[in-house]
Amino acid sequence: MTVVLMFFAMLAGLAGWWLARQRLTAKPWLEQGVLDGVPDFQLSHDPAKRTGLSFLLAVIGALFTLVIGAWFMRSDFGDWRALPIPEILWANTGALILSSIALEYSQWAVRRGDLLRVRIGLVAAALFAVLFVLGQLEAWWQLYSAGFFVAGNPANSFFYLVTGLHGLHILGGLIALVWAIAKAWTAEQADTVRLKVELGATYWLFMLFVWMVLFALLNGWIGEFVAFCQSLIS
Amino acid sequence: MVVAVVFVLIVVGSVVFHFLSPWWWTPIASNWGFIDNTILITFWITGAVFAAVVLFAAYCLWQFRHRPGHKADYEPENKKLENWLMGLTAVGVVAMLTPGLFVWSEFINVPAHASEAEVMGQQWQWAYRLPGADGKLGRTDTRLVGSDNPYGIIPDDPNGGDDVLIEADYLHLPIDKPVKMLLRSTDVLHDFYVAEFRAKMDMIPGSVTYFWFTPTRTGQFEVLCAELCGTGHPYMRGGVVIDTQEDYDAWLAGQQTFAQLYAPEVTKTAELN
Amino acid sequence: MVDATHGHDAHAAEFPDAELYHPRSWWTKYVFSQDAKVIAIQYASTALAIGFVALALSWVMRMQLAFPGFLEFVDANAYYQAITVHGMVMVIYLITALFLGGFGNYLIPLMLGARDMVFPYVNMLSYWTYLLAVLVLVASFFAPGGPTGAGWTLYPPQAILSNTPGQQAGIILMLVSLILFVIGFTMGGLNYIVTVLQARARGMTLMRMPLTIWGIFIATVMAMLAFPALFVACVMMLFDRLLGTSFFMPALVEMGEHLSYGGGSPILFQHLFWFFGHPEVYIVALPAFGIVSDLISTHARKNIFGYRMMVWALVIIGALSFVVWAHHMYVSGMNPWFGFFFATTTLIIAVPTAIKVYNWVLTLWRGDIHFTLPMLFALGFIVTFVNGGLTGLFLGNVVVDVPLSDTMFVVAHFHMVMGVAPILVIFGAIYHWYPKVTGRMLDQTLGLIHFWITFVGAYLIFFPMHYLGIMGVPRRYFESQDISFLPPSAHDLNVFITVCALIVGAAQMVFVFNLIWSIRHGKPAGGNPWRATTLEWQTPETPPAHGNFGRELPVVYRWAYDYSVPGAAEDFIPQNQPGGAPPHKEGSE
Repeated sequence: MTVVLMFFAMLAGLAGWWLARQRLTAKPWLEQGVLDGVPDFQLSHDPAKRTGLSFLLAVIGALFTLVIGAWFMRSDFGDWRALPIPEILWANTGALILSSIALEYSQWAVRRGDLLRVRIGLVAAALFAVLFVLGQLEAWWQLYSAGFFVAGNPANSFFYLVTGLHGLHILGGLIALVWAIAKAWTAEQADTVRLKVELGATYWLFMLFVWMVLFALLNGWIGEFVAFCQSLIS
Repeated sequence: MVVAVVFVLIVVGSVVFHFLSPWWWTPIASNWGFIDNTILITFWITGAVFAAVVLFAAYCLWQFRHRPGHKADYEPENKKLENWLMGLTAVGVVAMLTPGLFVWSEFINVPAHASEAEVMGQQWQWAYRLPGADGKLGRTDTRLVGSDNPYGIIPDDPNGGDDVLIEADYLHLPIDKPVKMLLRSTDVLHDFYVAEFRAKMDMIPGSVTYFWFTPTRTGQFEVLCAELCGTGHPYMRGGVVIDTQEDYDAWLAGQQTFAQLYAPEVTKTAELN
Repeated sequence: MVDATHGHDAHAAEFPDAELYHPRSWWTKYVFSQDAKVIAIQYASTALAIGFVALALSWVMRMQLAFPGFLEFVDANAYYQAITVHGMVMVIYLITALFLGGFGNYLIPLMLGARDMVFPYVNMLSYWTYLLAVLVLVASFFAPGGPTGAGWTLYPPQAILSNTPGQQAGIILMLVSLILFVIGFTMGGLNYIVTVLQARARGMTLMRMPLTIWGIFIATVMAMLAFPALFVACVMMLFDRLLGTSFFMPALVEMGEHLSYGGGSPILFQHLFWFFGHPEVYIVALPAFGIVSDLISTHARKNIFGYRMMVWALVIIGALSFVVWAHHMYVSGMNPWFGFFFATTTLIIAVPTAIKVYNWVLTLWRGDIHFTLPMLFALGFIVTFVNGGLTGLFLGNVVVDVPLSDTMFVVAHFHMVMGVAPILVIFGAIYHWYPKVTGRMLDQTLGLIHFWITFVGAYLIFFPMHYLGIMGVPRRYFESQDISFLPPSAHDLNVFITVCALIVGAAQMVFVFNLIWSIRHGKPAGGNPWRATTLEWQTPETPPAHGNFGRELPVVYRWAYDYSVPGAAEDFIPQNQPGGAPPHKEGSE
């Protein structure tokens, strides 16, 4: 549960930092008129989507943090037998990184108004993402063929659970990506898809980060790291 | 306006009900009178706050009801009053929490000389095990549970053979001797609950939980299951009998051990494997 | 900081027409609507409809407890199915959905001076996902084996074992339904949060928001972070049930048969469940806190006392509620040392909560109290909430919880504090805002009948019930008369409670009749029948049209509580009314 508490402490810190700037000690009954210098109204829709995405990422972050917390609690029990990590996960990680780079490229292009490169970046990102998902399925198949069934051991169960949850989030992102590609194809100007590309790139980067954490977890590096830190303290 | 009257009636009615109703806790039969006292402290404090808040509200409702020409005051806040109220509340909370934590510390720290008794729950009956002559309970494993070894005692464990098994019967305990109840389950969650002892704790398959108490009154007490455990949950009853030391010794002499009851079969199975 | 730019200035917020989705047909206007107000009504109607199922189930269980055998179809299985679905529906599908999906959708844009939610399409999806979740839950009644009877806490292992009713399909449908609910709620929640953050009218600073919005806002943030825990717990339990994994399932022998599970931890589920479950209590409570503050202030014609403290208390309660979850697990067999920490955090929450209660009562002090229906329900809330909150101090104080946990005391406590109290607020809020939604008032006489029976009846149900728990009657008992230490009179108490419950339940029919009848026959309300200050009462049309505020969005010049301002002509000044010097009487510091 330490992981979970740390994550929520971080969120609480962010919320506190934000609240501290909202003049919560003002006495509203003494103030009249429209107050200037107070963030009170934004006409544009665009930042709303950005804010929405950041809250969505916080929720997804909470979700994965809780799974990881459960992982740690469950792996303390004696019946946990770590399973061999299929080599293909390295390749999948590469595909997801390339996918993210492609989206970054697309984002760079959209800011320069280069619609062609935006399209190239988006398509490349989608292709690499599809490759990632197929690679994950292949990894499942390899484990399944080798007899590592989902109910065989809690380590197996968690492996399928976290890769499955992460894969579903990638699939959800892919739908948005396909939507963005369709928009980019009919768009006359790069600006029409700018927000989509930027939000997509942020989401993708976040899912890449989540994957890196999960990958480290699956390989047991996080456990070793924690043990290392504990040895430093003691 | 009627509301103000009803508020007063609610306070008066609740207090009268509290003092006059025949429904109160069962006479205690363990050392956990501390818990009852903490409950009483909490009753007094919370009761006073409830009465004060609701009666004050009733007064306001009566006094400041709308009448033609009447106008409300304009008072956004009163920091001093709020701080006072906050401080008073904090004092009340501390007054309840402090004894609570002391008693809790008592509750979870088992005296060194406490004897052990094990309760095993399964849908929907209770079984008990006493450590026998060596004073130690044999280790168990749910995976060993079977008709030849209903408790799942590990046959190799030398401490297990003399364990006294009490299946589907009353558990007897001697008066005035602290006892640590070790609780486990072979299927789902249960909760060993004897109202007169005040203590209870869930039983979790796969681990052993505990609480301790000292019986202070002889007699027969009903054991209830207090954690939903399937359709038969309300029928999962058992009994504990608190005896004087002589009665207890007499009863114990009549009980059979694991070795006497099952060991031959277990050894046989072990050999077959 | 205070800059008084009075009057309508050049950049009075214009909303580009194109930004607003316009319905083109009857279907997109009333069914697949993206208008938050329509979605709110859809949410509220669905929640109330499923709520009546829960009410009927509560009758079933009360009949069984008082008159065992009277309802022949109620055996132990049916009883446990009834308590499970009743609890789940009330907590999640009724109260949470109604406060956030119903009131949140209706009030956030209107009270903040926005045209609509910021993501109307996602908002629509949120409702339809919620409806699907409800339908999946209802489907479990028709599935083989019926709905699950695992108790609303769904504790494994018994939740997925065969001695619990609904093991075949009920538990699966329950878990799927919860997963859908979380997904649907997340979509809605994103809307509520971002709308509050970014679509407020010009001049509507955070500290000018009505407490209703503060309550809904903080509750939504909490829900967004708490529901993932429920989601994870449900997904993992689905794995255990369908794929045979052992996340929560230890090695066990069920009726002499060894199952293939092994090594799992039932306590892990409880941690996940209560990590969601405790914030959930406040997810239900905070909107009620907010709404009741506004009801009391409006109908006592006085500003809410200690507005700043009310806001801070909401924020502090919201944050603290994430570090108290294990107080539901004092006797669960978890590490007993946790008890010290969680008892302390739990009792600390009592302080900001008590402050809120004091401030509601102090708002009445020197007020000009109108005993309208919303006010009556708000007052009923105060009594029941104070009562239920104080019994929480018993259960939060770890050692006191030991004899009382899993008894009827707990049942009485949480019904009082998160059942009766929030539902009284829901009723009060419906009586308060119905005139805005329909343009007509709810009938006063029927409302009074409804209020008195519900309030007094609910108190008579749940106050004596505590004493059953103190005697030691465990909760979730299909039958309890044969418990040896109970006096026969305990059964009389059960009969009394059941009679009260039947009457209170019947009184809700009066309410439904009132709701329907008044749509056509209620007294016309006008735009602002309560003479309230907040923006939703200042709309050009009642009920508000699509887009809420006509051509120009309102500009906010003052906080939400300018009632009975000294020197003002009326006893209220709407938030969007410019002018007037600040009242000379300051709050003392």
